[in-house]
Amino acid sequence: MASSSKYKFGLLWSVGFVAFALVPVLMTSRYQMNLASHILIWGLFAVAFNMLWGVTGMLSFGQALYFGIGAYSIGLFVNHAGKAWYLPAIPIGLVAAAMLSFLLGLLVIRVSGVYFTMLTLAFAQLAWQVTFKWYDFTGGDDGIQGIIAPGILANKMVYYYFVLVVVFISVWFLKRLAYSPFGLILRCVQQNPNRVRFIGRSVKMNQLRIYVISSVFAALAGSLMVGVDNSIHTDMLFWTTSGEVILMSVLGGINQFFGPFVGAVILILLEDIIGAKTEFWPIFLGTIVLIFVILFPKGVVGEIQHLRHRLKIAGESGGRHETHASA
Amino acid sequence: MDLYFIVTQLISGFTMATLLFLIASGLTLIFGVGNIFNFAHGSFYMIGAYFGYQLVSVWKVNFWIALVAAGTGAGLVGAAAEFLFLRRIYGRAQEGGFQILLTYGLILIFDDLVKLIWGTEYKSISKPSGFTGALQLGDIFIPTYNFAIIVIGLVVVVAAWWILAKTRPGRIARASAVDREMLGSLGVNVPLVLTVVFGLATALGGMAGALAAPLRSVTPGAGIEVIIDSLIVVVLGGMSNFWGAWLGAVLLGEVNAFAVAYLPAWSTLFSYLVMVVTLIFRPEGLFAPTRLRKV
Repeated sequence: MASSSKYKFGLLWSVGFVAFALVPVLMTSRYQMNLASHILIWGLFAVAFNMLWGVTGMLSFGQALYFGIGAYSIGLFVNHAGKAWYLPAIPIGLVAAAMLSFLLGLLVIRVSGVYFTMLTLAFAQLAWQVTFKWYDFTGGDDGIQGIIAPGILANKMVYYYFVLVVVFISVWFLKRLAYSPFGLILRCVQQNPNRVRFIGRSVKMNQLRIYVISSVFAALAGSLMVGVDNSIHTDMLFWTTSGEVILMSVLGGINQFFGPFVGAVILILLEDIIGAKTEFWPIFLGTIVLIFVILFPKGVVGEIQHLRHRLKIAGESGGRHETHASA
Repeated sequence: MDLYFIVTQLISGFTMATLLFLIASGLTLIFGVGNIFNFAHGSFYMIGAYFGYQLVSVWKVNFWIALVAAGTGAGLVGAAAEFLFLRRIYGRAQEGGFQILLTYGLILIFDDLVKLIWGTEYKSISKPSGFTGALQLGDIFIPTYNFAIIVIGLVVVVAAWWILAKTRPGRIARASAVDREMLGSLGVNVPLVLTVVFGLATALGGMAGALAAPLRSVTPGAGIEVIIDSLIVVVLGGMSNFWGAWLGAVLLGEVNAFAVAYLPAWSTLFSYLVMVVTLIFRPEGLFAPTRLRKV
């Protein structure tokens, strides 16, 4: 049973990889590759976010802060120190995100539930305000344009495969983490924090750990985004960015590891189709949120699994009924 | 630093505190009674401000009538939102997260509807006639409109506290926070209580929006700034505590007023600074006697 699901999983994994790898070959325009990069990066961001919410039960409304740190680390170094700093700026950004998330984490995990959510939101908005107002250093509302990745990465096709590999390795790592003993403790933190204390583990310590890990991967996603768009903007730190990953997670399903990734695919494609036709995309987005929260809280992946499960039970009981009849 | 300057800033801070408290008290009311976190509470502030603009600047209605009408309008929208959407997710696992998401969806919809109806440019309301000048006390001038806001705010807040603490409907509302099942078995229509409380609380927010409109311009997207400010108030005061929220609002309002005067560019940082310090030393809130309730 375990090996067959492992095999099935490996198959799914390779199909996904091949599908994304074929995008540059099959595409009819540059734009589609750009879209695919966005899906990959947001997918990573959403999966990392869901380690906090779906797995550990910590709904952060401030992950845009770390996404922005990853991006602005590159932008600021390239702008102020020179182009040679592009690649070194990526690990620097990750370390900065780790340190900041550790310090802020110490503060925000002091409270739980909606307080945690709103505090993370408040700190992210603070960072956004600072970035917005500190015009001389960050470029303020203008953002920073024309950041080109160095060497061979400047080629869009090469950069796409770079993103693909980094995202797949990161998601694979997060998947291993989610099903490791540490991942089990995280689930336990959500479902029954008292039991975590009974078995001699610290709730707060594990919350802090996953907060830092999730934030570092958010920063990685942010730094990958720079090479795709060649520009950064304060919107990356704005609260709507945090909202977007939450939506992706709900859309795909927060109780499945790949739910948020599927959610990213759906949301970005929808935004591309509807957002191109109307400037009132948020109304559609809000309506989608209402529909999913009220009617399909399990998300697309969750509802499909639920349906399959029910069909299976129906099939089994139907079969049993038949054998009864024949006997 | 002269006395004149200090008093002026104190009054400006107190005006802001009153508005903040009107909003934050609605937020605490919904949270305390219904255990609902209304992330869209700031949007009702915005809706109230736009209703006020429509009534006063476009339809030329008397300001004070418009103020009541705008509050009522926002309250009706709030009651409708609770009736149509929020009550469908009560009692669900991870309810807190889904409440935030659902009300986040409402923020997106309200923000865009406001843009659709009134456009994206800034709107303003002129101060009501008779309240454009200033009261003179010796060397000190107090803008009459600020004075009016403070008085109205105090009256509304004392009235709300009185209803909640001393009257039968208030007791029913408080009882629904403690034990909904028992209250229901006593023959009270609990879902209706929650809808009414939600409507009243959003009406408070809407009224604050209309009241603030002559001082700050009316913009779409104002909701999110307002919700963060009132959240800081609530963190300072402790969410279960009505008067604690009032002290939190006063503290935040005064800190902001003096920060604006001395360091205008970085004034918003100070609100956060106060909050961070509070969180480090008293995470349950400055004035809260009890520990934070887990949601």
